[in-house]
Amino acid sequence: MNSSSLMSQMHALFTADGLAGLIFIIMIAVTLFGALLACTAKRLVRSVAGLVISFIGVAGIYYYLNSPFVAMMQILIYVGAVSVTITFAIMLAAPEQNTKLGPAGPLSGPLGFIVAGLTFGGLATLGIRTAWPVMAKLNAGTVKAIGVQLLTEYSLVFELVSVVLLIAILGALILARSGRSS
Amino acid sequence: MLMSVLTLHNHLTTYLVIGALLFAIGLYGLVSRRTIIGMLIAAELMLAGASVNFMAFNRFTAPDPVVGQIFTLFIMAIAAAEAAIGLSIVVAIYRNYKSVDTEDLVKLKG
Repeated sequence: MNSSSLMSQMHALFTADGLAGLIFIIMIAVTLFGALLACTAKRLVRSVAGLVISFIGVAGIYYYLNSPFVAMMQILIYVGAVSVTITFAIMLAAPEQNTKLGPAGPLSGPLGFIVAGLTFGGLATLGIRTAWPVMAKLNAGTVKAIGVQLLTEYSLVFELVSVVLLIAILGALILARSGRSS
Repeated sequence: MLMSVLTLHNHLTTYLVIGALLFAIGLYGLVSRRTIIGMLIAAELMLAGASVNFMAFNRFTAPDPVVGQIFTLFIMAIAAAEAAIGLSIVVAIYRNYKSVDTEDLVKLKG
């Protein structure tokens, strides 16, 4: 590669599109780093930290998929709520000195790796090889369109999800409280 | 070469591979973790991988780009409910067994 083509490529990097591509690659790296940390860290608290990092990266990926609303919800719900809940459970239920380290058995590490590798290979090959049909867009998928469809076409599901969340909160309270007085 | 790397975010396959990777990492964690909380964390990663897949198809192939976003929002709500229930079960298990290690929870074994 001679210096002039390198210069033109560096010039392509420092445009709006080039920087967007660079930030996208950083987001992928953040996501995968966090995911690996979440699944291999020795301590559960670090594992939750990895989960948070991974979810922030996933929120960035959602932003690149024309969905800023879902990206914001990802940060609010996962980074804000789910991770804090998991942290609470670790504080309540998993004192570090009692937790045995390492994988669940001598074979579970390699076997899990093989299973995960095969799954990844299969899914990735399927995704790359298939010629996905592209259909014409009906609308732009804006936040306003999401709100309108949530309250018209999907209003029943919307209400059902709120009932599910209510029952989940009540069930969690009952499960965690039972046997507490004894 | 650099140009093709910088335009990765305009291709459906990039997102499909990321989703598959997240799913596979979550699967590895689910199989190899020894505490229930670790398995729950891995399950959250698998859900994130599935959501990325939905959002990718929503952006690139689906005719109505609202449906996939709403589906992902519902996945988030169900995952939050799942985390709340699962973690309260973990707390209840810890109260009865004084452990969250899967090897200590074999009382239900036939």
